[in-house]
Amino acid sequence: MNESLFRLRDVTRRYGSRQVLSIDELEIRQGEILALVGPSGAGKSTLLRLLNFLEPPSQGTIEFLDEQIDPDRQPSLELRRRVTTVFQRPVLLRRSVYQNVRYGLQLRGQRDGAGQIDRVLEEVGLVDLAQAQARTLSGGEAQRVALARAMVLEPDVLLMDEPTANLDPYNVGLIERIVTRLNREAGTTTVLVTHNVFQARRLAHRVALLLEGRIVEVADVQAFFEQPSDPRTAAFVRGEMVY
Amino acid sequence: MSGIALALSTVIGIPLGAALGLTRFVGRRLVIAVMYTGMGFPPVVVGLFVYLMLSRSGPLGSLGLDAIPELFTPAAMVVAQTIIAFPLVAGFTMAAVMGVDPNLRLQVLGLGATAWQATWAILAEARTGVIVSVVAGFGGIISEVGAVMLVGGNIEHSTRVLTTAIVLETRKGNFELAIALGIILLSLSFFANLAMLRLQGSSLNE
Repeated sequence: MNESLFRLRDVTRRYGSRQVLSIDELEIRQGEILALVGPSGAGKSTLLRLLNFLEPPSQGTIEFLDEQIDPDRQPSLELRRRVTTVFQRPVLLRRSVYQNVRYGLQLRGQRDGAGQIDRVLEEVGLVDLAQAQARTLSGGEAQRVALARAMVLEPDVLLMDEPTANLDPYNVGLIERIVTRLNREAGTTTVLVTHNVFQARRLAHRVALLLEGRIVEVADVQAFFEQPSDPRTAAFVRGEMVY
Repeated sequence: MSGIALALSTVIGIPLGAALGLTRFVGRRLVIAVMYTGMGFPPVVVGLFVYLMLSRSGPLGSLGLDAIPELFTPAAMVVAQTIIAFPLVAGFTMAAVMGVDPNLRLQVLGLGATAWQATWAILAEARTGVIVSVVAGFGGIISEVGAVMLVGGNIEHSTRVLTTAIVLETRKGNFELAIALGIILLSLSFFANLAMLRLQGSSLNE
């Protein structure tokens, strides 16, 4: 778990004159679950978009495996396809659940993924809804489709942007069990953005606190919650931070 | 002939509409304003423009190139009909793609789509509206009379089309024939639109 998968150095992200992210250094290790916590607007989702190479950094470098990405150098398609994101509010295609799950495989020109699709649909509990129109699903079911369409790609890195926000306990439990299994059995490196500190504590190996686009502290989960080194982390953990 | 004009309008209009709907660039609003003007362009003015461009003393006709169609030919009529229809296709396509959830593009890119694959996914999501754009273009072409009369000349067995034939027969007092041609034109339009409706598939029921 110690090998570095991502390494960010002096990364900033600006929209016009507004700087939303400024990370001096961040390492994401192979096979870990890293939870990103922090108030709304702290830059967590922006960081995920950078890690999925959906946006380039305004400055600095992102090292992923052996490739270096900076404002002038975009990642190859092959590299980009090793990372995928489950978004907080999934937008599903106007197709069946099955076709939505198959979509990512089709993008990669894979025609024979029926076994994989059936397997992930089984795991997310959507076999009975495989032929249902994805747009007719409930929020929890839609989020499970979003997870299934990411899982079927067997990514090296799974980025999750508040995947259980507003979901009922059943769906939260199901998604958390899948994230844990993927990490343990497939070695999927996971970066999880969450507002739920209990979830971060349940799932993550390490936790990072972002405030105003900057990383305040990154620590092993136990140290983060029990012996935070920064007073702002301590305030966050005690629930005293207003956001 | 109308089919070729519609195909050309579709080939030009859908990518243009998608580009205007999905990208932001300096001058985009001006391009949209020009396109909106094109959507409401009087066909006879388009006919006049094409006539002046293609006439032997016009800027294009005077070049004498094989690729430039001559006046009073079906090819000249195709040019006029395409100019009438492609802004309609582009305008409705732009509106349709702008109606798709903007997060869709980001999410399909996140699943590993290339930029082209993401654009195609958005067009597929907007297919109801995109097909309406083609229907609108088809309507603009099939109902058009002024431009094709000007640049085609309504020559029998060559550039006479249903609409210009209806005008001619009405002027000659052959109302029965004019009405019959009108019914044929309406029937053609109905069945063509029925075919396009099938392309929209189940999306209309959602």
